[in-house]
Amino acid sequence: METPMIKVDENGFYGQFGGAFIPEMLYPNIEELRENYQPIMASPAFKEEFDRLLKDYVGRPTPLFLANRLSEKYGAKIYLKREDLCHTGAHKINNTVGQIILAKKLNKKRIIAETGAGQHGVATATVCALMGMECTVYMGAVDMERQKPNVERMRILGAKVVPANSGSKTLKDATNEAMRQWINNPVDTHYIIGSVVGPHPYPEMVARFQSVISAEMKTQLMEKEGRENPDLVIACVGGGSNAAGAFYHYYNEPNVRLIAVEAAGMGVSSGKSAATTLLGKPGILHGSRTLLMQTADGQVVEPHSISAGLDYPGIGPVHAHLFDSGRGEFVAVEDEDAMQAGIEVSRLEGIIPAIESAHAFHALNQIEYKSTDVIVINLSGRGDKDLETYIKWGNY
Amino acid sequence: MNRIDKLFQNKKESILSIYFTAGFPQLEDTLPIMEAIEAAGADIIEIGVPYSDPIADGPTIQESNNVALKNGMTLHLLFEQLEKMREKVSIPVILMGYLNPVVQYGMEDFCKKCKEVGVDGLILPDLPMQQYLTEYKSWFDAHDLRNTFLISPQTSEARIRQIDQHTDGFIYMVSSASITGAKKAVSPEQIAYFERIKAMGLKNPRLIGFGISDKASFKTAAAHSHGAIIGSAFIHVLRDSKDLKKDIYHYIQSILS
Repeated sequence: METPMIKVDENGFYGQFGGAFIPEMLYPNIEELRENYQPIMASPAFKEEFDRLLKDYVGRPTPLFLANRLSEKYGAKIYLKREDLCHTGAHKINNTVGQIILAKKLNKKRIIAETGAGQHGVATATVCALMGMECTVYMGAVDMERQKPNVERMRILGAKVVPANSGSKTLKDATNEAMRQWINNPVDTHYIIGSVVGPHPYPEMVARFQSVISAEMKTQLMEKEGRENPDLVIACVGGGSNAAGAFYHYYNEPNVRLIAVEAAGMGVSSGKSAATTLLGKPGILHGSRTLLMQTADGQVVEPHSISAGLDYPGIGPVHAHLFDSGRGEFVAVEDEDAMQAGIEVSRLEGIIPAIESAHAFHALNQIEYKSTDVIVINLSGRGDKDLETYIKWGNY
Repeated sequence: MNRIDKLFQNKKESILSIYFTAGFPQLEDTLPIMEAIEAAGADIIEIGVPYSDPIADGPTIQESNNVALKNGMTLHLLFEQLEKMREKVSIPVILMGYLNPVVQYGMEDFCKKCKEVGVDGLILPDLPMQQYLTEYKSWFDAHDLRNTFLISPQTSEARIRQIDQHTDGFIYMVSSASITGAKKAVSPEQIAYFERIKAMGLKNPRLIGFGISDKASFKTAAAHSHGAIIGSAFIHVLRDSKDLKKDIYHYIQSILS
């Protein structure tokens, strides 16, 4: 089978980050996955079904669009990888398609998932409807309130949405609740984690399902620019699944700058931020050792971002390693700046981006690059789900 | 001699271990609760170190963790409170906690401090065996701390053998596929599981926990093992108590009598 571009050791570590720090009750589930995911993903039957669904159902390949007016304004050649055009409106479905095929091969009958903004929940509910599988999505009670349309989308698709009422009642707590429910239903249930977080093999598995993004970028850039590699790839990072996908095939290309954009919230030192690499230190959450926002006593700190999809106190271990090794450049973008960038992209290119993705656009103001550079920004999702936030913000 | 070893040497059945969360219901309740547990006749005290994200715990223990953290409990403060515990408490004391607070404290310092205050054993449910063996075991051994791993009904026989190999003190048998606090009568499937493990002839004694809440479930669990652990049900007693000493005594007596 193909060698993963981002090397992970047999225990699931990227450098010092990763692993599987799980209670013994989850060990059989994780072990079953660890033993089976590679053979299944390498099998022709899996590949055929995955590729076919990505093409005919998700709508891949997504376009690589030369954003002329944005390019003119910023003085570089800027392409947008249009993950916002995927079915359900974001890259999340690449992973849920992969995992639901895997779950079927493992003879699982039920699917559970966590969701923050609701995009992963919708993508999971969608593939469950497609495959006729029972679906339960755990969502923080606060997020259910601020992302109502996505809650109803999941329900229309036949999923059960269960509020997580512990802690900050957001993504972190939804993930805790999904893990608890997996402990309660270990045999017939597969847990579709939505990002490159969680115990090994999830981070690697999710990164590989999302790696289709950079695989397509290579082909598309070759057609348009006569070379596979851009000079920069920019992607936002909450847990980091769209960034993992966009960086994947460039990880070992040292001339490609990988720019990971975190949410600074109301300012990195405001106490209301989700800039994990700046504020975090190594710790353990949701089954992996990674960079984590925490108190001196090791309690996880509640993050803040205007974008529910970036509102997470950790970061995938692969990105912690990207940061630690110096391979990636990390930028933190504040709420207000992200919102302005969202409006700017809407006005210049006729595309309303998800607020998560808007963070990536604002990074253009915070990094150095040359006028000859080819830049790809991963436009991970569309902004329809964020209309209420845009309206409340109102500055347009 | 380590108090856990001594206990299991002298007592082979109906061992009762009581779990409570440090800092709950009030910050300063730790030692009074421990004294009351011992006075009421329990055999082991398991102190939970509160954590913001206890993924193996149900609503009751989640809530006790939240309250304890709001009260200001930290690992440093807990060790301060435990400094003089051996003047008042003679039964084995185990710390149970998720790995992150311990790792932030520093595992080597943590083990050293445990020994200093008189802690006998540790249960760190999200500590992988691999990390334990390669990174931490030498410190556990140096400070005479018993390490308890968990098993569940889904744990394979090969894995149980491996766990038995690397556990000392006792094995913590999770009674069913469940987080803590599930209140159900013990089912025939669970009894079959208890008996299956009993028949394996493990070197470690076995205590059964999760879902043990009253005399009936304790007696049933104890009939198929060396004893049982009560957590969530005891947290309920603490939560509703107006007189900790009296209520702890009555509750534990209701289990043991």
